[in-house]
Amino acid sequence: MQTFDLAEQGLRALNQTLHAQKDSTNQTAWDIVNAKGSHAIAVGLDAPIEVNVRGSTGYYCGGMNKQATVHIHGSAGPGVGENMMSGTIIIEGDASQYAGATGRGGLLVIKGNASSRCGISMKGIDIVVHGSIGHMSAFMAQSGNLVVLGDAGDALGDSLYEARLFVRGSVKSLGADCVKKEMRAEHLEILADLLERADADAKPEEFTRYGSARKLYNFHIDNASAY
Amino acid sequence: MARHGSSIISTSTTRRHTEGIMDETPRTLPRQSATFTNEINSEIRRAAATGIYDIRGGGAKRRVPHFDDLLFLGASISRYPLEGYRETCDTRVTLGTRFASKPIELDIPVTIAGMSFGALSGPAKEALGRGATAAGTSTTTGDGGMTEEERGHSKMLVYQYLPSRYGMNPDDLRRADAIEIVVGQGAKPGGGGMLLGQKISDRVAEMRNLPKGIDQRSACRHPDWTGPDDLEIKILELREITNWEKPVYIKIGGARPYFDTTLAVKAGADVVVLDGMQGGTAATQDVFIEHVGQPTLACIRPAVQALQDLGMHREVQLVVSGGIRHGADTAKALALGADAVAIGTAALVALGDNDPRWEEEYQALGTTTGAYDDWHEGRDPAGITTQDPDLAARFDPVAGGRRLANYLRVMTLEAQTIARACGKNHLHNLEPEDLCALTLEASAMTGVPLTGTNWVPGQGGF
Ligand SMILES: Cc1cc2nc3c(=O)[nH]c(=O)nc-3n(C[C@H](O)[C@H](O)[C@H](O)COP(=O)(O)O)c2cc1C
Repeated sequence: MQTFDLAEQGLRALNQTLHAQKDSTNQTAWDIVNAKGSHAIAVGLDAPIEVNVRGSTGYYCGGMNKQATVHIHGSAGPGVGENMMSGTIIIEGDASQYAGATGRGGLLVIKGNASSRCGISMKGIDIVVHGSIGHMSAFMAQSGNLVVLGDAGDALGDSLYEARLFVRGSVKSLGADCVKKEMRAEHLEILADLLERADADAKPEEFTRYGSARKLYNFHIDNASAY
Repeated sequence: MARHGSSIISTSTTRRHTEGIMDETPRTLPRQSATFTNEINSEIRRAAATGIYDIRGGGAKRRVPHFDDLLFLGASISRYPLEGYRETCDTRVTLGTRFASKPIELDIPVTIAGMSFGALSGPAKEALGRGATAAGTSTTTGDGGMTEEERGHSKMLVYQYLPSRYGMNPDDLRRADAIEIVVGQGAKPGGGGMLLGQKISDRVAEMRNLPKGIDQRSACRHPDWTGPDDLEIKILELREITNWEKPVYIKIGGARPYFDTTLAVKAGADVVVLDGMQGGTAATQDVFIEHVGQPTLACIRPAVQALQDLGMHREVQLVVSGGIRHGADTAKALALGADAVAIGTAALVALGDNDPRWEEEYQALGTTTGAYDDWHEGRDPAGITTQDPDLAARFDPVAGGRRLANYLRVMTLEAQTIARACGKNHLHNLEPEDLCALTLEASAMTGVPLTGTNWVPGQGGF
């Protein structure tokens, strides 16, 4: 286990050190202490390492992650795991706005609640939120899965494309072109797998699936009021 | 109306009234309205028939104050000129000197603006790379991500970071030579991208993670930051990911150039790219193109003023675009304080867009050479703004790249000719004192005196 004191050694040294870890590194476990809400912690990683961040993080922790597992033992600021490609990010606490924005792959697990715009413009990422999510979540979400054990705020899935949304609790309102959909066997399977990987205590059958009605895919003037 | 309707009055009545004075009532010419022009009326009929606004490519077509409204003074007794061809006039420019460890070194101050793969074909992107590289300058990706064609053929490639984040990934970020965060575009400040279903081929769809054939209206705001304070942290993240090597540009549309430039500098930009309202677009609502944003000419002085007020002029470089056509426009933009210019439309024309050789096909599409702007439909006879393999095959990227390189060299020679005439041994030594304004408007906008006077409206005296 390598320990890195962020307050002492600084952000530049941290990311440089983590970037230097290649596929073959034998320094596979890192402990970052004194995170103190700093921004851009462990961004752009590209090696199968495990990074434990002690404390809460500022903006964009784990941004553009590939391969690595980033485990935040605290809460995460805005844009955690933005545009992540692969790997896993786990947040023990809550996540601020735009968690997992534009993420393309990998798994983002939020043990607490997520704020507004969770999964905005997601492009293939899987996100599991143990708590609830705020308004405008999954706005323009293109692909991937968003799983919410709690409730969803206003305008869920507005202008949604092909992403799948699974909510166990209530949904305050659905956004334009987002509709309730039938839960089929294939969806239950996806859900079961995600819940297990996210260490979430819930049954797939308890969820409702939402997706795109695909009515706004090609512009039509009679739908103009929906835009 | 009655004048023209004289035929309803009987001939005999007319005779009686005009007897001995005139044989016939003189007719006035039919009068077209300056407000309801034929063009406007045709647009009303089109809207009424289709129920959708007009979408098109290109920039504002109306006349607005432009570089044509400025002139260079040339040398005189107090300023001696440099000898053409013999005395050097340097054209090099370095972009990104503020924070980046690897700034962009250009041989000429004319760059190729960001144009998306999707809007343009793969071979067209290749040609832009070839032409720019041969002329010693950079080219830029666009909405939709980075293609092998342009990375492979561009010595210096700027990678756009757009609200849609289509195709965004850390590997391409690292193999780019600079990063351009797009906040706005001159053709549509406040508008997002648009790529209509016709142009979504399998490849385009895959790069953008979207189903084939659907209209793609990319977002107008970034998904994970909203204001200048967030932007500053976003830039920190991008720099951390790329080891503080790459210059970070911020591209703004010509909306509030003084404040936007100030905030871009505050957020940590190495370079500000300022795109005025004549700037081209691949596809936007005509109403947006023609009615939102300020002309390029009007944007430069406030942006330069902002840099000067911050003590950052030349420290943070300014790249100006929107209607740049030749070396004179380039020289004027530099004289007003820009460090470089960027071209979109002109580069496409150099490649062969709107070429008269396709006139018959333009006619078949209901348009004509020079006016063809339905780039979003993907039926470009010149094979440039299309994803149709047969049309795209008409375009030869090697020949196109060669034409672009020629054109970029001519632009540079033209700017040098003017600079030498003004006694300048570097294009960057051109200054507002080398200019006069032809119109009151241009004078007021640029702070350059009206020709024949030493007066600048708003600055007192006459
Ligand atoms: C076909 C086409 C596609 C464009 N695509 C983009 C784009 O993806 N991103 C962007 O920031 N600007 C885009 N632009 C705008 C250019 O980057 C640039 O701002 C503009 O073309 C400059 O004005 P000019 O065309 O008068 O030279 C596009 C322009 C054209 C003509």
